[in-house]
Amino acid sequence: MSVLVGKDTKVVIQGITGGAGSFHAAQCIAYGTQIVAGCTPNRGGETFEATGPGGKKVGVPVFDTVAESVKQTGADTSCIFVPALGAADSILEAIDAGIKLIVCITEGIPVVDMIRVRRVLETSNSRLIGPNCPGIITPGACKLGIMPGHIHLPGKYGVVSRSGTLTYEAVGQLTALGMGQSTCIGIGGDPVGGMDFIDCLKLYNDDPNTEGVIMIGEIGGNAEERAAAWIKANMKKPVAGFIAGTTAPPGKRMGHAGAIISGGKGTATDKIRALVAAGVKVAPSPAEMGTTLQSMLKG
Amino acid sequence: MKIHEYQGKQIFQRYGLPIPKGIPCMTVDEVEKAAKKLIDETGNPVVVVKAQIHAGGRGKGGGVKVVKGGPAEAKKIASQILGMQLVTHQTGPAGQKVRRLYVEQGLDIARELYLGLVVDREKRRIALMASTEGGVEIEKVAEESPEKILTEHIDPAIGLGGFQARKLAFGLGIGKGAPKPKETIAEFVQVVTKLATMFEKEDCSLCEINPLVVTKDGHIIALDAKINFDDNAEGRHKEWAELMDKDEEDPVELEAKTTGLNYVSLDGDIGCLVNGAGLAMATMDIIQHAGGAPANFLDVGGGATKDQVTKAFKMILSSSKVKGIFVNIFGGIMKCDVIAEGVVAATKELGLKVPLVVRLEGTNVELGKEILRNSGLKIQAADNMLDGAKKIVAAVKAA
Repeated sequence: MSVLVGKDTKVVIQGITGGAGSFHAAQCIAYGTQIVAGCTPNRGGETFEATGPGGKKVGVPVFDTVAESVKQTGADTSCIFVPALGAADSILEAIDAGIKLIVCITEGIPVVDMIRVRRVLETSNSRLIGPNCPGIITPGACKLGIMPGHIHLPGKYGVVSRSGTLTYEAVGQLTALGMGQSTCIGIGGDPVGGMDFIDCLKLYNDDPNTEGVIMIGEIGGNAEERAAAWIKANMKKPVAGFIAGTTAPPGKRMGHAGAIISGGKGTATDKIRALVAAGVKVAPSPAEMGTTLQSMLKG
Repeated sequence: MKIHEYQGKQIFQRYGLPIPKGIPCMTVDEVEKAAKKLIDETGNPVVVVKAQIHAGGRGKGGGVKVVKGGPAEAKKIASQILGMQLVTHQTGPAGQKVRRLYVEQGLDIARELYLGLVVDREKRRIALMASTEGGVEIEKVAEESPEKILTEHIDPAIGLGGFQARKLAFGLGIGKGAPKPKETIAEFVQVVTKLATMFEKEDCSLCEINPLVVTKDGHIIALDAKINFDDNAEGRHKEWAELMDKDEEDPVELEAKTTGLNYVSLDGDIGCLVNGAGLAMATMDIIQHAGGAPANFLDVGGGATKDQVTKAFKMILSSSKVKGIFVNIFGGIMKCDVIAEGVVAATKELGLKVPLVVRLEGTNVELGKEILRNSGLKIQAADNMLDGAKKIVAAVKAA
């Protein structure tokens, strides 16, 4: 069991013919993800050749539009590798085509574009993960994004994070401890995006196969504080946390567009305090995320 | 990206937002000429000489002076401000050198208000905030008397509604004390509506007018303009390149940006090179946790080429404050061999005089480790990031 993506997920890769899209589509196909279509305007009719698990040759049809991709292949999920200034439009196209889950990897989308996308999402049936995220993976079943598949292990623990590479750290630690992962979700580093911590924690809370969660936050905004309030009121499973940026100076954008302490708000200290008050055990260092969750299971 | 007040006002002018007459000046002679021009044009002997730096709090720091004694006095005041190290609550103790000035006409101010637009991350909307407490720090007002801040959220489907602008106008009592209240209210409605349009079209991340003044004869004028742009939108704003003031930017941070890297200078002595912003922040944190102090934040990102990694490593190697370097990589998109090649290339070019600890994990990890082993360079390998942090802190202490 898993949340959101699994063996039956049918994916269209938007931007499949580009540098990032083609590299990662090939990697996802090799992992066993069901990529049923690709979409790049003006490249419709081509076939994207790749190799599946066990060396099986795969030919993915490429279409000009997401609507056509869905019509011809029944794709229900999309992964977007489109450059920043066109990516918001790609998300809107996917929503319009009826895609249920949209994963947008792209970093650098202007915030006013995402504010508009958010407005459309609110009255749609689609869910968005990202942007500026590594994607989502249910180990052993469906890898949808840029994460290195080989570090994952199927299992019972969820990981939800604003940071891609810190997710890999947490996963690496969990796998080394024999604590496999149910589904790992990268919600992205932008200030305005799709699913946030609460949306993902709800899914983990309701998933019979998930028994605990690692939640990785960072400076900027108040998503972690809001999540803490939700956890306190609703979460039935242990949550271990880590917040990056204790040493970050105020007012500086630390890589991620959303990682900035503004007007004294959004500090790591405030977030850690809120999480601890909600019963989340916060790892004292990024090397201890796995062991922190483990300690919550024993006691 | 930040810009100066006078540049913000030039943008306001394009959108028909009311600003005082003003002239940017780079020398004290220009100030004298500007003061004369303004006094002649307006018939008002009062001008204001304003330091132009990106940080706020210029008035309190002594960078904004009202001049009543004419062009000669304006020149004298300018000579005190130009070249000064202006220290404000936002500059840090060293302050910022004043290289540009702005001379503005004096106004007959009846009221000072606050107007600001910002991205509300919780509501996922642009928020328009207004307050009767103009001229003071808005964070203080938010803390001490939040009921004095009125907020309207802009629905991207409709823009700022006329009814929203009126809510703010009547909520602030805009017409109170004005000779023609209806007209003053109408001006205010125009101002906020145009501001909302400007914010979106110009891809701002922040816009503050503090204070927005109501003059004695009932006109609404933006006495200050603070605009921050959304860096993500740079690709569709070629005009931003001209607005950038290199003197306000950290030169290494600027160089990194042009190379396509994310770099922030810090105060410590352990240089970091990491892939991924979250991991880069966590690396800074774990260095401190292990008893050291990070010299920088550096995220090479997933798509970095060998050349970019080489440039990034050179940046760290060239910094005199760096006494040790920690390369911490967990490759997803980023391949460990690309990192390894970049590190080796940079080090062969510049030489390695400080301890270097490298931790590699993820895509192509074995290839990356092999490249480092075969390079002949004195590199300490780390198994995980805590091991790496401890090793580099110890190595720097021992050196």
